Amino acid sequence: MALSRDEIREGLSDILEEVAGVNPDDVADDKSFTDDLDVDSLAMVEVVVAAEEKFGVKIPDDEVANLKNVGDAVSYIEKG
Amino acid sequence: MSANGSRVISVGHYQPEKVLTNDDLAKMVDTSHEWIVSRVGIEERRIAAEDETVADMAVGASRRALADAGLGPGDIDMIIVATVSAKDVCPNTACRIADTLGVAAPAAIDVNTACSGFEYALAQADMAIRTGGATRALVVGAEKLTAVTDWEDRSSCVLFGDGAGAVVVEGTDDPDLAVSPVVWGSEPSMSDVIRIEEDAPYIKQAGQTVFRWATTQLAPLVEKVAESADVKLSDLAAFIPHQANLRIIQGIAKRLDFGDDCVVADDIIYSGNTSAASVPLALSKLIQDGKIASGAPILLFGFGGGLTYAGQVIRCP
Repeated sequence: MALSRDEIREGLSDILEEVAGVNPDDVADDKSFTDDLDVDSLAMVEVVVAAEEKFGVKIPDDEVANLKNVGDAVSYIEKG
Repeated sequence: MSANGSRVISVGHYQPEKVLTNDDLAKMVDTSHEWIVSRVGIEERRIAAEDETVADMAVGASRRALADAGLGPGDIDMIIVATVSAKDVCPNTACRIADTLGVAAPAAIDVNTACSGFEYALAQADMAIRTGGATRALVVGAEKLTAVTDWEDRSSCVLFGDGAGAVVVEGTDDPDLAVSPVVWGSEPSMSDVIRIEEDAPYIKQAGQTVFRWATTQLAPLVEKVAESADVKLSDLAAFIPHQANLRIIQGIAKRLDFGDDCVVADDIIYSGNTSAASVPLALSKLIQDGKIASGAPILLFGFGGGLTYAGQVIRCP
């Protein structure tokens, strides 16, 4: 069964905490990775690699630039 | 005459005098010490003088490696230089070094596989010695990357430095001291990811793509190097990967089961990314500082433009 948006966000939040030290309380759809969560471009790659493993999706480098906030990433993973 | 194997008998390195700090860079482009340290781990790098060439730095490192071995120019019959930044196409840097040092008639080769160049060069010296093509080789990595740096590009100009490292390699019949069979290859489908091209002669790279490749694809290749050398990762005294970015080094290392005592080279902090020079530079400094016991296994692993990669295990001289 496909994961709900809440489940995806929760999984992403775990990754963000582990890879980039982001406080899970700060993670919400409208939060920008760069400006709000302080995830720099290389940490973003680590987040993407971990998300690919966790959710079984492919997120190419060209696509990473379009994932500006948490909601963008949740939607991308939701589409699979 | 051929030998069953080759071994590294000495090391040497050379770095230019001038130190360029992150604060210096912050006066040139929009950056800061904190930004650079958090992104790439570099605190300072060495910059060659305007008139100081790749060959000059290579000679500096070579002289020290020869002195360390107690050898003179007459003892060398092969010179292989890994460089991606020698401006002159002909003569090659190996011939320039030979001329300056007074090495009479060596086989003289330059190798261009960018940041993996030193490991490719060492593999070729090893093969030449094992097949009787040479008896004692000088293997050098030397770069003046600041000559191919775009000083207006804040994302790349903070990365690079200049320098050289060298080793002397000679035949051995003792398998416990020999350089291990090389694991090398390339990823040509990613050839556009790191470039220094004629119409824009500066280093350009797709940072995120390189970072993803390095932190996800290279750890298994490092394991293959250890396997090929018949050495356990947990028995290594040191791991010296190309000094590209401290976060790449840490990203690779955390996927590998090194022992607690294994030294993971981090010379990038003080030297920046010096492409083909980075591994022999870090190797020479670690040995000079007494960080590695004689005879202990050291895994060298280069990776970079091409994309290319190569690695082998050597024994500390």
